[in-house]
Amino acid sequence: MTTVLVLLALVPLLPAAAALIAPPRIVQGLTVASGIVCLGLALALVPHASHGDVHIGILRTDALSTVFVLATAFVYATCGAHSIGYLRHDEKAHDFPRYARRFYLGFNLFAWSMLCAPLVDGLALLWVAVEITTVVSALLVAVENTEGATEAAWKYVLIASVGLGVALLATIFMYYAGAQELGQTYDLAFPPLLNAAPHLPHTAVRLSFVLAVLGFGTKVGLVPVHTWLPDAHAEAPTPVSAMLSGSLLAVSFYAVLRYFQVATACLGPRFPQTVLLVFGIASLLLAALYLLDQHDIKRLLAYSSVEHMGILAIGVSFGAPLASAGVLLHVLAHAAAKGNAFMGAGALVRKYRTKEIGQLRGGAELLPWSAPLFLAAILALSAMPPFGIFRSEFQIVAGGLRADRYGPAAVLVVLVTLAFMGLAVAATRIVMTPATAGSGRPDRGEPSVWMVAPVLAGVIALVVLGLHPPADLAHLLSRGAAELGGRA
Amino acid sequence: MPVPLAADSAPTTFEGATNTVAVLLLLTEFAMLRATLSRSQVRLYAVQSLLVSGLAAIVAADRELPELYALAAVSLALKVIAVPWVITRLLRDAGAEIAGSGAIGAASATLLSLALAGVGFFAVGSLDISSPYLPQAALGLSMSIVLVAFVLMIVRRDVVSQAVGFFSLENGVSLASLVVAAGMPLIIEVAFLFDLLVAVVVFGVLMRVHHHRTSSLSTASLTSLRG
Repeated sequence: MTTVLVLLALVPLLPAAAALIAPPRIVQGLTVASGIVCLGLALALVPHASHGDVHIGILRTDALSTVFVLATAFVYATCGAHSIGYLRHDEKAHDFPRYARRFYLGFNLFAWSMLCAPLVDGLALLWVAVEITTVVSALLVAVENTEGATEAAWKYVLIASVGLGVALLATIFMYYAGAQELGQTYDLAFPPLLNAAPHLPHTAVRLSFVLAVLGFGTKVGLVPVHTWLPDAHAEAPTPVSAMLSGSLLAVSFYAVLRYFQVATACLGPRFPQTVLLVFGIASLLLAALYLLDQHDIKRLLAYSSVEHMGILAIGVSFGAPLASAGVLLHVLAHAAAKGNAFMGAGALVRKYRTKEIGQLRGGAELLPWSAPLFLAAILALSAMPPFGIFRSEFQIVAGGLRADRYGPAAVLVVLVTLAFMGLAVAATRIVMTPATAGSGRPDRGEPSVWMVAPVLAGVIALVVLGLHPPADLAHLLSRGAAELGGRA
Repeated sequence: MPVPLAADSAPTTFEGATNTVAVLLLLTEFAMLRATLSRSQVRLYAVQSLLVSGLAAIVAADRELPELYALAAVSLALKVIAVPWVITRLLRDAGAEIAGSGAIGAASATLLSLALAGVGFFAVGSLDISSPYLPQAALGLSMSIVLVAFVLMIVRRDVVSQAVGFFSLENGVSLASLVVAAGMPLIIEVAFLFDLLVAVVVFGVLMRVHHHRTSSLSTASLTSLRG
């Protein structure tokens, strides 16, 4: 099994290296192949990780991190295929080879850094990996070199770097706390730190946890440090937006969860849960309000990401095993659903050449596949059965009720309903309103089969997660939930 | 094992020297806030980084931590030479001299920073965190530096000041790590510094892209994305 870990940390580097020398066609093929191989490797990890740790050198995975590896690998595979369709209409431009080289170099490195973040063993290496995701994705946001992209990339790199500066402080304080028990030369690896956690000095761990939530929370998109997120998601090329939303936010949330584990073991559950609850409710509230009146389709989806990160934070704050398992399922289902929604939005934007929701009309007539699939993705995001998010949010709310957290659970349900209204109204308008007749009206037809196939894969994954998650996966999620609650 | 610092006895030479350097670090941060030329901001950043490297060397010598010499050397090469060189070259290519004006006046910015620096210093000072390597005052000062760097990034409206603000924030974090994590394994410290270098390259690339698009280093035009 250790080979799988090493391969996961190496395979995406192959297409990244190829992007430097090979022609775009070959790089595209290699990217798709690498994505599918990574997904296969991640799936192969599932049965092993649900029984115990897999460990080699600086790489280590347990049930918790395997969930995030799985989400990232799925988004990588689908977005890699989608990118072929997305870039198709740029192929005639004279600087396309140069653009494709930059795009695929960044795209694969971005996927590589996000796969490495949950796989490395230790808070210090985790910080390094998350920092790499930031710098690579900032360049990817800017890759289209438009005015909006430049502005979004600058805001993103500045705000996220400052957030990671704060997260570095958190790492240092956690090192200080750990050094009191483990001596000066330990390297912040998880198992010893978790074992020593009950004996660590409280002040330092408390400070470290709050700084980590604030610092890594900047990358998660928790309110009030989410301000870079809508800009970057809206201005990046669509496959990159899907990766940012489906897996970068989740991977950053994984970092928060690691600090949460240590803080819970040291301070008891009350303080860490309260911190996450406050940030979660703030995120959910603000995102739900922004969703009600949004004019840009990609910003709409970006605020939906803020909403879902808020749901994750609230779910963890409930502390019930059922809710924690729901959170981990939510990570997977959100990755598939948000990836689908962005890919659908990408097809719409390519067709109409605008992101203005007011001008996107008659989707079902013009895009016979992508538009209904986009609507399905929005319904999945709004937690409609039979999709996976229905099951995960149901578990989170049920877990909250079982843990006697009636107030937060009720607030969660109300705000999610509010968000559903905003999303559903915008999406049904886009898909169902008849298209205006006129000369500017685009022709009927899909831009590319590459933009439909990955979305179909996403729908299948969502339905499987919603109706009947495989037994191995269910084991993985419940073990991950136990690890999160300090009972593994 | 180093001798724990006694708070009630007269300060030793080591304590006096390290506290002086830590205070100088905060003062350079204030000077950056006041500097009107981009070039002088970058120079001040180089001075501040030199002070951090010097402090690392002092701790290495006094507390017998030989790895810290290596850290001091790497941070000297990266933060005193490489980073200022990258930004200075960008400034020369851009032909820009004057840093962007502040969103609030210099006096208000300084007063605000003074207040924040005080809050940071006393808030962290009241925590029960002490270290065998450096006097606790340095930890409070590092928090002040981080907060003043925030002010610098918030009130200045040009890409160079904002980038220098971020780099100097990292100097504040370095100071904090010298206090509470001086014994951290060298490989981790180097990984942090290497990441900083990557961040500098990305900041440099984006600054160039920005300058190419808007022919200025001001961020005043970056207002189209909202809502």
